[in-house]
Amino acid sequence: MIEILAVLGIPLAGGLVLALMGERDEAAIVNIVASFATFVAAAVLTARVVTDGPMLALDKLFFVDSFNVFLVALTAFVGFTTSIFSRPYMRIERERGHVNAARLRLYHSMYQLFNFTMLLALLTNNMGILWVALEAATLTTVLLVSLYRTPASLEAAWKYFILCGVGIAQALFGTILLFFAAEKLLGAGGGALLWTELDAVKGQLEPTVLSLAFVFLLVGYGTKVGLVPLHNWLPDAHAEGPTPVSAVLSGLLLNVALYAVVRCKVLVEGAIPTAFAKNLMMGFGLLSVVVAAFLLSRQKDIKRLFAYSSIEHMGIITFAFGMGGAIANFAGLLHMTVHSLTKSAIFFAVGHATQKCGTQAIDGIRGLITTSPVIGWGLMIGTLAILGMPPFGVFASEFLILTTAMREQPWATPFLLVALGIAFASVFSKVQPMAFGEPVEARLPHRPAMIPVFVHLAIVLMLGLWIPPFLAAWYRQAALLIG
Amino acid sequence: MNVLPLYAQLINLFAAILLLLSFAMLAQRRVLSLIDLFAAQGLALAASTAIVAFGTGQHHLYWSAGLTLVLKVFLLPWILYRLIRQLDVKWDFERLINVPTTMLIGIVLVVFSFNLAVPISQLASTVTRSTLGIAMACVMLSFLMMITRRKAIPQVIGFLSMENGLFFAATSATYGMPMVVELGIALDVLVGVLILGVFFFQIREQFDSLDLKHLEKLKEGE
Repeated sequence: MIEILAVLGIPLAGGLVLALMGERDEAAIVNIVASFATFVAAAVLTARVVTDGPMLALDKLFFVDSFNVFLVALTAFVGFTTSIFSRPYMRIERERGHVNAARLRLYHSMYQLFNFTMLLALLTNNMGILWVALEAATLTTVLLVSLYRTPASLEAAWKYFILCGVGIAQALFGTILLFFAAEKLLGAGGGALLWTELDAVKGQLEPTVLSLAFVFLLVGYGTKVGLVPLHNWLPDAHAEGPTPVSAVLSGLLLNVALYAVVRCKVLVEGAIPTAFAKNLMMGFGLLSVVVAAFLLSRQKDIKRLFAYSSIEHMGIITFAFGMGGAIANFAGLLHMTVHSLTKSAIFFAVGHATQKCGTQAIDGIRGLITTSPVIGWGLMIGTLAILGMPPFGVFASEFLILTTAMREQPWATPFLLVALGIAFASVFSKVQPMAFGEPVEARLPHRPAMIPVFVHLAIVLMLGLWIPPFLAAWYRQAALLIG
Repeated sequence: MNVLPLYAQLINLFAAILLLLSFAMLAQRRVLSLIDLFAAQGLALAASTAIVAFGTGQHHLYWSAGLTLVLKVFLLPWILYRLIRQLDVKWDFERLINVPTTMLIGIVLVVFSFNLAVPISQLASTVTRSTLGIAMACVMLSFLMMITRRKAIPQVIGFLSMENGLFFAATSATYGMPMVVELGIALDVLVGVLILGVFFFQIREQFDSLDLKHLEKLKEGE
């Protein structure tokens, strides 16, 4: 109860304080402190839920179970490490005149509010509030994507706003249909949108309405997940916004949007006897993996490259949740965790690399390992990890997903294998010269924050070799919950 | 013969007006007239919500109607008017691609939405269920409007009118969403429009116009 209020209250208060105090040197520190406090609160909440089991709070408005609590912890952790990375990164941007004081103020304030919306979306029990929080997340990040006010960044932000706005309107329609189906069973009061209430009566919900609702919900939230063919906003928003924003978009927003889809899927699966929801998710997931893999080879911008890689990985996770069953869900949850950690670590390294070389073009970044070994190795190891090399965690989860696919959906395996192979070839061939080629000289005015990169990668490595028993138990519980 | 009560007939009347206004918006070129149409749509929405509230005794819908009235009839059009005055784009006529064709596509969309809504309306127990098809048609028409427009402000009005259609769907199928959710949605819409206001200035500062053809540089694989 108090923990939930702290998890939500700290970033909200942080956003307000940062908006009021204006841009000073301490703003970045306040940002880090607020993010750290949120992380501590999330850790306490996690400990509570692990010992006491699921909890409902504040008139059933908030609901925490083993599925969302691990995402809360992950979101707060990546939010914290990204705030550490963002301090030197934004200082360098400011000194180079890319942003001014007013925009930095906006940046810090919106960063905290974005974290708030993410955590609200995860913790709420009300499907309507979930929608409101995800829409608010779009609004907070639109201004972050256009922070540099260059023509390209304005275009990216406009595209992001319109596409996600239209997408999320579809999700609202889906939510209305869901409410419509539930209201007959639960009455017109507030209860008919509460997930726990819906879950209790899901077997009696009207199947036709729920199938239609799921199509709208999947298309709507799927736009935010970046599923092909609704992915157009994603590479632009990642490439044109400041790098810390790319890191949180990939590491947090996509996960939370997918979380919304999975929550809806649980309800729909319970209501309709056919494999309709499963097939739909598997189809979208597979299409995303294949299309993103082929587009990877055509990228010339390093941030766009990794944005497409995010689409690919989100496709894999959607596919895994679509298959369902204990092992696939376990793997999906693990993949969500490791992808989020690895991808944000890569964006940290990429951010400093692009600052060093003054360009985001892959051809312009060469020989990082010679000029600055830490960034170079960070990028190289991160890339190997995201491509699914053993012994990193991504390998473990992809392996589980592939073997389950072979057993349950054999037709999908060749597509997955080919796509993973192509992705490996295109990403590795592009990143390898960036790390090892002829160096380009440049120095950074501030020491880059590389500790978060290696902390993330170390966790991913550990998850590949050994999953702590409490985490494994947790994933298993959550996997059962998703069904 | 089964005669509908007067309030149900009134709701159907307002539903028809909503649909008519959606078509009018599709064909309107002047930005200022477009805002007037949007305000009129908001008014029709608020009126029909109030009538549903009166006819069915669902008192929380009065709040919802009031919220619609304040937000969509006064506040949002006022913000948009102010924006246009400040941006000085009042006489920005828009060249539309082939109005008759757009209208025909619109009619096809309406037929499609009515078909889609039939199985759901049959399940509904509300007096207003027959209007669900119209609500869906309004959403689809706003969608079409967003696709056919090339300028920033009409696109946003299309987006807002889509929200109108969704609200209408919520009242006609279910007598409205829970209040918390409705307030949240209203807040999101308002903040969204304010952010877009800031955004318009940024676009104009950068390109000296609000024509979205400047925003088509980012392409795949470049």
